[in-house]
Amino acid sequence: MSRGNGRPSIPVTIDGQEAMAYEGETILDVATRIGVRIPRLCYLEGLSVWGGCRLCLVEVEDDPRYRLSCATPVVAEMAVTTTNWELHNHRRRIVEMLFAEGNHICAVCVSNGDCELQDLAAETDVDHIHYDLQHPDASVDASHPKYVLDRERCVLCTRCVRVCNEIEGAHVWDVGGRGSDSMIVAELSKPWGESPSCTWCGKCVLVCPTGALAFKGRAVGEMRHDPAVIDFLKTARDEGKWYERQEAR
Amino acid sequence: MAEARTAERAAQGEGHPSGDERFALLDKTLRKARYQQDQLIEVLHVAQDLFGHLSEDILIYLARQLKLPPSRVYGVATFYHLFSFTAPGRHSATVCMGTACFVKGAEEIVQQLEAAHDVRSGQTTEDGELTVSTARCVGSCGLAPVVVVDGVVTSHQTAESTLAHVGEVLAKEPTEAST
Ligand code: SF4
Ligand code: SF4
Ligand code: FES
Ligand code: FES
Repeated sequence: MSRGNGRPSIPVTIDGQEAMAYEGETILDVATRIGVRIPRLCYLEGLSVWGGCRLCLVEVEDDPRYRLSCATPVVAEMAVTTTNWELHNHRRRIVEMLFAEGNHICAVCVSNGDCELQDLAAETDVDHIHYDLQHPDASVDASHPKYVLDRERCVLCTRCVRVCNEIEGAHVWDVGGRGSDSMIVAELSKPWGESPSCTWCGKCVLVCPTGALAFKGRAVGEMRHDPAVIDFLKTARDEGKWYERQEAR
Repeated sequence: MAEARTAERAAQGEGHPSGDERFALLDKTLRKARYQQDQLIEVLHVAQDLFGHLSEDILIYLARQLKLPPSRVYGVATFYHLFSFTAPGRHSATVCMGTACFVKGAEEIVQQLEAAHDVRSGQTTEDGELTVSTARCVGSCGLAPVVVVDGVVTSHQTAESTLAHVGEVLAKEPTEAST
């Protein structure tokens, strides 16, 4: 999130609400700041913008195309509608496809109850999946002493890739392959536990929106992520605000 | 800055510990690319041409030379269909999946080949003996379905005849013309 210097000087309207935006803020930044929730998945405060999930699409007045609110900077007099019937349907389809692409069996997932995919399903009114389930033959990597990666639950948001590269500085992860063969890989597609660069910091686990990355030894529904810690870290470093995070994990 | 780095590398005398000459050629490409990270794809192309495929060894070498994380090199390389990562097998069976061959049952041939040799199309058996692949129309539609075995076109194939023929070829001693 870019919190420009000085005073907000760009007038915008979001869902009829007038607001002043800082130079460089995206639509999603402003909406979040004024309390308007836009669904999102790949975006995470404190990390670079990926723009891959397309859940954050919004309508901009006089613009024939929907825009990614996480990747579109505001301009003066912009009027944004964050949801309408069509956008809601787009989002629901995207969430359904995410479910269909993986093997998401919530009843046996460590992250049951602490899962952004579940939350998005509720938010977009997914009650059943209209697509053929792909049942991918995805693998589990349990080679790390502390953590486990279950690719069946991965939505390829790349948060782990970005946090490991941008915040931890280790760049253990990347996306290998393409299309339906894409998957998160450590190093040259090696067991995570053998990675010479992983520092065991756990940030990738904290930011994962689903049960794909988890602490070892958690039973069903026991996993708790903490993606917000990344924005705290970033702000603390950039602005010296080390005191702002009150609640302990 | 980039030049200084290049010079420094040259002074160190790069090259691969294996002494494989092809690495010297790869180094030449790297120097020409000034070790720029955004030249990765170009360099991968050259490596693929030189070595025929991108082994792990080569990927590690390039990651080191371009100062990139290994997972990034792997991610970029595996994104493109043009690159292959395993050496071709000693023998090959390429099933034509062009329209004529497809209509006459090429798919069945591929499935049987895959099942019989426990290998997926586009891959090589674990013992390195056989690579199974598919191709678009090979230009002999009158002979459909066509299977190209070790570079030789065989016509009017069935799953049975293909399996028998491939079996014979595998049983023979590897020859020069096998790939
Ligand atoms: S634990 Fe830390 S260093 Fe290791 S892969 Fe995750 S983010 Fe990277
Ligand atoms: S493992 Fe988790 S954080 Fe990483 S890409 Fe998959 S869903 Fe996203
Ligand atoms: S949140 Fe904007 S594309 Fe994913
Ligand atoms: S379709 Fe197979 S040779 Fe033309």
